[in-house]
Amino acid sequence: MKYKYRLLIILCALMSFVGACRKDPKPLKEESEELTADPSSVAKGFYLVNEGVSNMNKASVDYLDFRKGLYRRNIYNEANPTVVKGLGDVANDIAVYGSKLYVVVNGSDKVEVMDVNTSKKIAQINILNCRYITFHNGKVYVSAYLGEVGNPNAANGIVAQIDTATLREERRVEVGRQPEEMAVAGEKIYVANSGGYNPSNYERTVSVIDIASFKVLKNIDVAINLHRIKADKYGDLYVTSRGDYYDIPSKLFVIDTRTESIKKSFDIAVSNLAIDDDTAYFYSTEFSYHTGKYTVTYGMLDVRDEQLNGKQFITDGTEAKIMRPYGIAVNPHTKDIFVTDAKDYVSPGELYCFDSTGKRKYSVTTGDIPAHFAFVY
Amino acid sequence: MNGVKLSLGIFSGIALLFLSLPLCAQEHFTADTAGRDNWLNEVKIRQVKINKEQTSQTPLQILSGEALQRLNSLSVADAVRFFSGVQLKDYGGVGGLKTINVRSMGTNHTAVFYDGVQLSNAQNGQVDLGKLSLDNMEEIELYNGQKSTILQPARGFASGSSLYLNTALPKFEEGRTFRMKTSLKGGSFGLINPSLLLQKKGGENFYFTLSTEYKRANGRYKFRDRNGEYDTTIVRRNADIESGRFEASVSALLADSSQVTSRFYFYKDQQGVPGSIVSNVYDFSQRQWDRNLFLQTSFRKERGRYRLIASAKYTNDYTRFLDPEYVKDEGLLLNNVFKQQEFYISVANRYSLTSNWGVAFSADYQRNSLDANLERFPYPTRHSLLAALATEIKYSDIEIQGNLLATLVDDHVEQYFSAGKKSELTPTVMASWKPFHDSDFRLRAFYKNIFRMPTFNDLYYTNIGSTFLKPEYATQYDLGFTYIALLDEGALLSQISVQADGYYNVVRDKIVATPSASLFRWEMRNLGRVHISGFDLNTQTGWKFSDQISGNAGITYTYQRAEDVTNPELNYKNQIPYVPIHSGTLTAGCEWRHLGLNYSYIYTGERYNQSANIPANHVQPWYTHDIALRYERSKRYQRYRITGEILNLFNQDFDVVANFPMPGRSYRFTLSYTY
Repeated sequence: MKYKYRLLIILCALMSFVGACRKDPKPLKEESEELTADPSSVAKGFYLVNEGVSNMNKASVDYLDFRKGLYRRNIYNEANPTVVKGLGDVANDIAVYGSKLYVVVNGSDKVEVMDVNTSKKIAQINILNCRYITFHNGKVYVSAYLGEVGNPNAANGIVAQIDTATLREERRVEVGRQPEEMAVAGEKIYVANSGGYNPSNYERTVSVIDIASFKVLKNIDVAINLHRIKADKYGDLYVTSRGDYYDIPSKLFVIDTRTESIKKSFDIAVSNLAIDDDTAYFYSTEFSYHTGKYTVTYGMLDVRDEQLNGKQFITDGTEAKIMRPYGIAVNPHTKDIFVTDAKDYVSPGELYCFDSTGKRKYSVTTGDIPAHFAFVY
Repeated sequence: MNGVKLSLGIFSGIALLFLSLPLCAQEHFTADTAGRDNWLNEVKIRQVKINKEQTSQTPLQILSGEALQRLNSLSVADAVRFFSGVQLKDYGGVGGLKTINVRSMGTNHTAVFYDGVQLSNAQNGQVDLGKLSLDNMEEIELYNGQKSTILQPARGFASGSSLYLNTALPKFEEGRTFRMKTSLKGGSFGLINPSLLLQKKGGENFYFTLSTEYKRANGRYKFRDRNGEYDTTIVRRNADIESGRFEASVSALLADSSQVTSRFYFYKDQQGVPGSIVSNVYDFSQRQWDRNLFLQTSFRKERGRYRLIASAKYTNDYTRFLDPEYVKDEGLLLNNVFKQQEFYISVANRYSLTSNWGVAFSADYQRNSLDANLERFPYPTRHSLLAALATEIKYSDIEIQGNLLATLVDDHVEQYFSAGKKSELTPTVMASWKPFHDSDFRLRAFYKNIFRMPTFNDLYYTNIGSTFLKPEYATQYDLGFTYIALLDEGALLSQISVQADGYYNVVRDKIVATPSASLFRWEMRNLGRVHISGFDLNTQTGWKFSDQISGNAGITYTYQRAEDVTNPELNYKNQIPYVPIHSGTLTAGCEWRHLGLNYSYIYTGERYNQSANIPANHVQPWYTHDIALRYERSKRYQRYRITGEILNLFNQDFDVVANFPMPGRSYRFTLSYTY
């Protein structure tokens, strides 16, 4: 009998130790950090969207308030606690247009529309495998990999036109396979096609969409596996090609929108770039299967005369701390440069701010895979 | 209130403990560590006081016979959750992938052996335990480190931990030459699962076994998702599965009393692949088809001081994955086909130098190849040669074993780059000591250094693999004790056994896959370093209340700190994903006449679903209560049994893997007939 009691005492002790209870679930709380305030800032601040790693449903939105010097992390859940499963899986782009904030959530097949001031959800536009967003004259344009699901003959991607007042899709046009970024120049949208689902037959074109007729006028042959496309103020487009990671290296091309042909090409890798005024700021994280290694580089070029200017926008050695640069933006008024670090892609990232001389001003912890910016005025 | 449910659970658990009684099939045929050499003996159930679990120098946990039956398990995966030190990674549902992670070293460090020969998967190094049926399983053994015997295939020395699945042995009562068992399971998820097992004795020395099974489920279940503000219930879709299994084996006892056993295994399924439940995405269209077959033969011989085990195996696996949402090109969906083949031969020899000193040498050769319809696929073939030299010494109450394992791996590819040749030499040492003559108390300890090779997927998967990977090492230190006592006839508590171990593991050059800058590329690197310190406890008791009422109760508990020490700048000393600090199980059962009642409780403490231990990654504890009631009638050789089970009794909503929700309350009924 003694054994029995001893055993029971042990069991009870163990169970009470082990059986820590579940707490009632609560929406994830916003967190904030104080940075240096700039009350006279022209821009109010910016939204930064964190992609979150695929399948984890951890896309999140942060906000940096320049005037208060306040960094607010993960603002979506507290602002929208009743949205089932929150913002969603892999946020691929963000933009502010008028009074609304748009987030393209790739893994959740939706564009989330929020109030720019309160971050409260206004509407959701469902688009399968949506990728990037841009605007022109009261309309939203979203690129997407998939036109319809389960149709093997619908390989091409699309660009959808959405009205910013009704928030309904109005028209869509077929472009190349797996379209990525878009840029607007004049009354045309230029879309970079990647064909990334089929490496033996990458796409190599930029599709030119006439906005009025919403038809593809032509496809400009550039190079394989295109990704970024940014317009400068001189009517040129900067287009990046990712290469094939084996023998064809990454490259940067300049397209003149007047002639719709390639004006210049640079034998440099560019993973992402931000153009402000006459300067393009870029970084590259190029991978090669031949070496199994990444090469990370940073650089700047002058978009007026399309020349590399040989300067660096990080000059204080901070680049050694950045594991994987993933997003870039420039404050057009202060010329501060923002670079995000995605680290190992499964941990909270870091946002770095550099002044115009390349010195680190501050850095702050973000959500997972901080990637895309949208300034607020 | 979950708290209420928990208290209720504890209360019912303890109430059952009070009721408890006779126990576990502690009857193992022998304490023979080399396998089941006496397995051809006709049925001889006897109560052995000391079994393998007590004498093993490496921690060993066993579920066998009736104990296994009582655990309400459909697959091997359901059963292994009741071992201490184990986390089951479960994607949910009947068809969801289920893999085992022992002592936080990672799935790839556990080898799974099916009737003594490893089930390997050179492609991804994982065995889906959800697809291994328990229907014809007699015994499941989990060894930390390795099986504590020196006479075993070299592969037996080559993993961080080993799970042995031993199928039902042909056992015949005196004068009988035929036995059968048939059962039908059904219940939630639209499950229908009939099975048949036939055993035949031919002449004096031949035994035939045939086992076949069909399983079908629509896989649908409701799950609940809530955050305190919203509370929604969604139906899990595209989780259907249909599978068939056929196994045949023949055993012969030859004139010189050596034994030959051959087995043919065939499994085929087709299933929906339910993806992660993320905002706005609740339905899926991906599908998968699998086909596995193997043919294995083993030969055992004993002559004087010499013993031999020789085995050979051929495996052929096929997997096809279709993603209709991934349109690669006009008319071309993502449709990946993988074909694997394996040839394996092994010879293990043991020689007794004296009655207390034995030496063994074993050598294995294995050839694995993978064919896939991926672009730029290298078509790898891997030749592995393993040789182990081992010795065991008994001195008084001390037993010591040690071995040195040499591994030579050579990869060849048809194009691009191969990982080339690798060779490793790794040791294991283990010892046990029985300090008191009159008490079955044993101290034990082991040290093992082992590694796992990068898999074909790690190295060669197009756009993911990296041929620059090195092997991933795991070093283990373990110190523990076992104790068993059979109490006086007439005592309420009739038997108690305890085993407890403290351990420290270091995993270095951990192979980590991280998504990369583009959707199409991941990166594989030898990034991680993890320090794991833990404590495992497994206690089983048998109770006898009266001549008619007997009971059993068991408890396991695991404490683990598994710290990421990869990079002092990043998540340093954070608990690695999905490893709870506390976890445990409680099982209890009692039997009265024709009725049996069983209860089981599983607790998994709070943990994180990504590397950073922050609120955004925090996952609530989960705990489920399962109960089963069975009614059984026997008449001479015939036995009828009806079982009804309620799983996740309190309908708790939880995920084991983030966004792969587990089913709420579900039901299962089993009818079985044995003759």
